Amino acid sequence: MESQIFAKQIRERSLQMVHQAHASHIGGALSMADIIAVLFTHVMRYDASRPDWEERDRFILSKGHACVSYYAALAQVGFIADADLDTYSQNGSQLMCHVSHKIPGVEVSAGSLGHGLPYGIGMALAAQRKKRHYRTFVLLGDGEMDEGSNWEGLMFAAHHRLHQLCAIIDYNKIQSLGNTNEVMCLEPLKDKLVAFGCNVLEVNGHDHEALLSAFRQFEQEQQRPTVIVAHTVKGKGVSYMENNLAWHYKSPDDQQLEAAIEEIEQ
Amino acid sequence: MRTAFIQQLLREAETNERIFLIVGDLGYNVVEPFRDRFPDRFLNAGIAEQNMTGVAAGLAKEGYNVFIYSIANFPTLRCLEQIRNDIAYYNGNVKIVAVGAGFSYGSLGMSHHATEEVGIMRTLPQMVVASPSDPGEARAVATLSAQYEGTMYIRLGKAGEKQVFPHPDDPLELGKLHCLQESETPNLLLVTGNILHEAVETVRREKMATAIYSVPFIKPICKEQLVALAQRYPHIVTLEEHQASCGLGSAIIEQLSDAYAQGRLQAFPKVKRIAVNDRYVDVAGSQQYMRNISGLMLKKEDFL
Repeated sequence: MESQIFAKQIRERSLQMVHQAHASHIGGALSMADIIAVLFTHVMRYDASRPDWEERDRFILSKGHACVSYYAALAQVGFIADADLDTYSQNGSQLMCHVSHKIPGVEVSAGSLGHGLPYGIGMALAAQRKKRHYRTFVLLGDGEMDEGSNWEGLMFAAHHRLHQLCAIIDYNKIQSLGNTNEVMCLEPLKDKLVAFGCNVLEVNGHDHEALLSAFRQFEQEQQRPTVIVAHTVKGKGVSYMENNLAWHYKSPDDQQLEAAIEEIEQ
Repeated sequence: MRTAFIQQLLREAETNERIFLIVGDLGYNVVEPFRDRFPDRFLNAGIAEQNMTGVAAGLAKEGYNVFIYSIANFPTLRCLEQIRNDIAYYNGNVKIVAVGAGFSYGSLGMSHHATEEVGIMRTLPQMVVASPSDPGEARAVATLSAQYEGTMYIRLGKAGEKQVFPHPDDPLELGKLHCLQESETPNLLLVTGNILHEAVETVRREKMATAIYSVPFIKPICKEQLVALAQRYPHIVTLEEHQASCGLGSAIIEQLSDAYAQGRLQAFPKVKRIAVNDRYVDVAGSQQYMRNISGLMLKKEDFL
């Protein structure tokens, strides 16, 4: 499927899920939707009928709170049924509000930040030691880069030349209580990542061509772990949510949902 | 004890290609033979325990049986959330090995006293907690952990521990208490960790009449065996180099209390716990000194 259509569909589905569940974190789910769409349509190797296929690429959503657009993608490609999405956040559902490995296609649970990258590094290290070809993708939030464990991991990944590892930072500039540059400034982020020994690519995280080009550059890299710094907009695609901290928490009411869907379908 | 464990792990790794050893930049003069023999299954993760633990989780997910080796509280408390979320939740095939049980590194100070971590580890669902008492038990735990699929915490002493059990090659069974001697008296001494040697010496020197069992697994504990022991020996003393809270004595009392409440145990035995009494030790000293000032000593009046 074309990645733009894929992105539209997972945005819509995400909005419906948080609306129905009165759940939080729609802003971060929308900011990463294009990254997810490009990964699932043009980059990652997977087989929805065989979630444990050995040669599959590994994907870890470390910013596990933004899981709705990932869940929607899993349904879109057939790991789970679309109807499963309607159970999101309901009693007894495996679709928790932080991503769960109990769901087919999900490698790793997340929720507490700063866990996904070291875990993915272990998987990438296993590929290196076993001379396997799968790649490991880890999608991180920007606020999550406050966690020291990520920097431990980056130092380790560069030292061990884990070039089959690709971290993507969804740099939407807003974290839980404010702008990243006010809470704990990450800048100069690219320079820091370069200094840690990574192959750093900076792109517009909503430009599918640019994202795809970055992933192709990652595939050519033979030495360093790649980090794609994806500049994004929190709440992307729904104008009243864009760059608005409140939508880290709020869920749209009926009217807001209608307006949001209408805008995305335009 | 640490050398006995690593040597046995090395033997297991000869025939078990899934065994992978990660050290947190510690293990001088202990881990080198493994590193040299199996460089592809060895890793020094540096001084970065959170990442080390996450990496171990990822390696286990890809099929390895991963042993993390470090000292005292570094591979447990420092990276507790990684252990909980990334390993134990999956019952991941990771064995967390800490040397320096209790006051083994007594003179190095409070940071190096491992006196709370058993309680913390045994609270985690799916976590096995092993605490061998002598080099033979350490080797047996190494063998068992090489075969066991799941998450374990393994608490080792340091170096130079004497062999206590007469048959050092006896295997251990998961959850089973390990009998050193039975007794005609009502007394039962339950000990975990490398304080066993000193305890046995005291018992023999002071001619204390008691059965002695080592508890190489603080979790799980075989319920049937413990209940049978409590029926035979209604006067129990537990001894551990750990806080009284949540350690061996607590685990024993919990199990006995459950058995009593459920009617599997007719009379509740008297249980005396000898453990560290809710304090940090803030002076230098040998392991022996630390044990003494913490009151980890058997007295004649402890037994009937």
